[in-house]
Amino acid sequence: MAIYTEEQARKIMEKALSFSKADACEINLSGSESGNIRYARNTVSTSGHRSNHSMVVQSNFGKKMGTATIDEFDDESLKRVVARSEELAKLSPENPEFMGPLGPQKYDEAITFVEATADISPDFRAEVANNSIEPAVAKDVTAAGFLDDASSFSAMINSKGLFAYNKETGLKFTVTMRTNDGTGSGWVSRDFNDVRKFDAVEASKVAIDKAIMSKQAKAIEPGKYTVILEPSAGLGLLNGLGYDLDARKADEGRSFMSKDGGTKQGDKIVDERVNIWSDPLHPEVPTATWNGSGQPLKKTSWIENGVVKNLAYDRFWASKKGVEPVPYASNFIMAGGDASLDDLIKSTKKGILVTRLWYIRSVDPQTLLYTGLTRDGTFYIENGVIKYPVKNFRFNESPIIMLNNLETLGKQVRVDGNLIPYMKIRDFTFTSLSDAV
Amino acid sequence: MKRRDFMQMSGMGAGALLLPTSLMGSNIDAEALLAPGMDIIEKKRMANVALNTAKSLGATYADARIGRYLNQYVFTREDKVQNVVNTESFGIGIRVIVNGTWGFASTNDVSADGVKKATEQAANIAKANSKFQKERVVLAPVASQGDVSWKTPIKKDFKSIPVSEKVELLLDANSAALNNGANYVNSALFMVNEQKYFASTDGSYIDQDVHRIWPTFGVTAIDQAGGKFKTRQAMSAPMGMGYEYLDGLESEKLVGANGLKLYRNSYDIVEDAKIAAEQAKEMLTAKSVDPGKYDLVLEPNHLGLTIHESVGHPTELDRVLGYEANYAGTSFATIDKWKSKNFKYGSDIVNIVADKTQAGSLGAVGYDDEGVPCKKWDIIRNGVLVNYQAIRDQVKILDQNESHGCCYAQSWNDVQFQRMPNISLEAGKEKYSVQEMIKDVEKGIYIAGRGSYSIDQQRYNFQFGGTVFYEIKNGEIVGMLNDVAYQSNTQEFWNACSKICDKDDYRLFGSFFDGKGQPSQISAVSHGSSTTRFNGINVINTGRTV
Repeated sequence: MAIYTEEQARKIMEKALSFSKADACEINLSGSESGNIRYARNTVSTSGHRSNHSMVVQSNFGKKMGTATIDEFDDESLKRVVARSEELAKLSPENPEFMGPLGPQKYDEAITFVEATADISPDFRAEVANNSIEPAVAKDVTAAGFLDDASSFSAMINSKGLFAYNKETGLKFTVTMRTNDGTGSGWVSRDFNDVRKFDAVEASKVAIDKAIMSKQAKAIEPGKYTVILEPSAGLGLLNGLGYDLDARKADEGRSFMSKDGGTKQGDKIVDERVNIWSDPLHPEVPTATWNGSGQPLKKTSWIENGVVKNLAYDRFWASKKGVEPVPYASNFIMAGGDASLDDLIKSTKKGILVTRLWYIRSVDPQTLLYTGLTRDGTFYIENGVIKYPVKNFRFNESPIIMLNNLETLGKQVRVDGNLIPYMKIRDFTFTSLSDAV
Repeated sequence: MKRRDFMQMSGMGAGALLLPTSLMGSNIDAEALLAPGMDIIEKKRMANVALNTAKSLGATYADARIGRYLNQYVFTREDKVQNVVNTESFGIGIRVIVNGTWGFASTNDVSADGVKKATEQAANIAKANSKFQKERVVLAPVASQGDVSWKTPIKKDFKSIPVSEKVELLLDANSAALNNGANYVNSALFMVNEQKYFASTDGSYIDQDVHRIWPTFGVTAIDQAGGKFKTRQAMSAPMGMGYEYLDGLESEKLVGANGLKLYRNSYDIVEDAKIAAEQAKEMLTAKSVDPGKYDLVLEPNHLGLTIHESVGHPTELDRVLGYEANYAGTSFATIDKWKSKNFKYGSDIVNIVADKTQAGSLGAVGYDDEGVPCKKWDIIRNGVLVNYQAIRDQVKILDQNESHGCCYAQSWNDVQFQRMPNISLEAGKEKYSVQEMIKDVEKGIYIAGRGSYSIDQQRYNFQFGGTVFYEIKNGEIVGMLNDVAYQSNTQEFWNACSKICDKDDYRLFGSFFDGKGQPSQISAVSHGSSTTRFNGINVINTGRTV
């Protein structure tokens, strides 16, 4: 069993720390139990289970730092790993950006662990596959899916008195349903900390319905369209903005967030209805309440009423700039509205409903221009109803332009550990058509 | 926005480099990389424990892979060393067929007990999964290879070169860039050694020692007043070579458009960093492209990625069949097109070969990860799709009786599956240089180096950028361009292929971290070509005002 309790973890780490002879020493201990099942062509293709744990010891002499790793925790092994990190530290060049370990910190109690998820069995995974494949077969559709679940813990201790511990569970499920005539494809994604919120039949039905609805798609001219982005599609582009919420890159002049030798912090960059924050204690998308450097994670606002409220500062850059460090976000929560997907469709005169965006790549980091394609369910809307499926489009768009062209915010949905609303956007730029189904 | 599975090397320019942490083994010191590891006699003994246990449990086939994976990565920025990482990972992966179904398990406990337990686990998984199995696994035959070995023919083992020498080389490259006007530079050296021992119930015992190397950088120039920044990536290629790739031999240098320095089997990182700084500055003021149709002249270090995305992936048989439908997608190159024997993938001069034996390439090995001797075969001949990439349990679908030998696992603890071999465009048969090609183009763009790339899940519609772009007018290079990307359809694009330079210009491009599968595995693959012309391709302008 690779999931140690807080006391078990503390005991091993304190033992290791007792062998340290360096100026300072910091130890991370983590472990996980994970399982998965993969299916394609309506049959299970692979399944696996993995168990691992490892300890990372970081020792420093002044600004010379060395790191060593081990996966055995008897006294001799602990002694060896600490000694090796010290040897490596002595041999390594000085790192002028090395900040040394933090002192003791106070952390909020995390809400990331759910026993029911930790108890997922191989039989449960097989049942998920079966619950996805059977309804597909009944509708002349072929299923290809993947379920991956894990329980894990991480703990940290250092010679300055810091101790942190967290355990968490999670599962991620995706399935692609393709009609057997090859002209329709649907997809769905679900992720939770708590498996009791997961319903494989419900999720698979969404993908099956989309596959059937998207059969025999029509080609329409690329151009600027009003789009309704499902939360998965929206996240694809918001990620691009998330990566740029970094003060150092902005200060160095090589980011969208750079401005006149400084940053855009305090500037209004998108529609005033856009609010994005992170919160490790949000019940729908909880995360650990501390990060790998031992910094406490708190609710942090990134975009408030369209204005850049914060950029992330690591400890080195914060000290150089004389500000308090701002840890990177552990999740993103974007404020939504009351509108359901149906409401958004009903209020659309002419537009495109997008299930997801695929193969998203940066085209120009200066403007945060990204390209990619729609996939697995793209539909034309006219006078408040879905008229017909349309062929997939390639887009070239920037999340900044997208969030300035915001029409309506809909309800939030959890996607990949984030909470993202449905969004209706005007003038979204599609540049070409794709024959891909 | 989950970063936990990746180590992000920010500041590497457009599309920060994401390294899968699954690649990392345990940290060790550099000297430990030179330790010999388990003796080959012991490896054979442990492999036999797996094979005999499997047979006693009713397996009709079994293979064991004992792997020691050594990595050394060096990261620097400007005048600082950011990180030196040495890792080792050692263990055994055992694959069995019981009741006509695959089972796989792995362990880092390579003792008789540990191996036996893992083999039992693999057999149990096979038995459990056989309940859901619809078709029994049928393997194409492979002759017993006996006791054999293969090594990447390297001249300098990276493990014997002191870290200080590597750090010094990167810092020299960084200062060459900074002294020539760059504001920032990130550079990195990735070095990999796979020590793999394979044994199977077919009677093969194969010992292989595989080396790969990738030096790379991103050089950034900033125009503070204009609020602009541009990054020029390295013109290196990851290679299946030793540290000698960094010798910077004059004999391996080539000249592209506008005197652009390019490299074949030997790379001069300091020279390239200096030129990169000059070009990054030039990019800040280069003309923004007028969108429209152009004849494209694509340099191999650029064209390689286009080949990878538009020919390599769509001709993977597991994709074609739907096994990757939920992740990477399927393929437009369906079986019926192949069976027709006249599907024109490209123009008559397009000949694309798969080759696991090509010297210096990332994919070159003696035997694949299921013990099949490696070979070379045609994918596209005279423009027609003639074959796919397939392994032992797939070739029967193609009515073939011999595996193509392109099975690979990223580590001992991952199950092996079909991976892309080196896929390359044959050089033109007639003598024809890059300079002659440019002279023949009326309105065109010369593109070198890798850039932004995106393609749909069936590999029809793509959009590719590059590192540097030069405008061609009436047979002359007239200046640098910005904001260039070309959008096309795979079949239209390859049918617009009108001229290919001769073998003197032929060289390899590589992808060091190509991802596929769920859970995702990486592999390294090369793509060779000579500079090639494509007529009348749609070019868009990617400049925006935000």
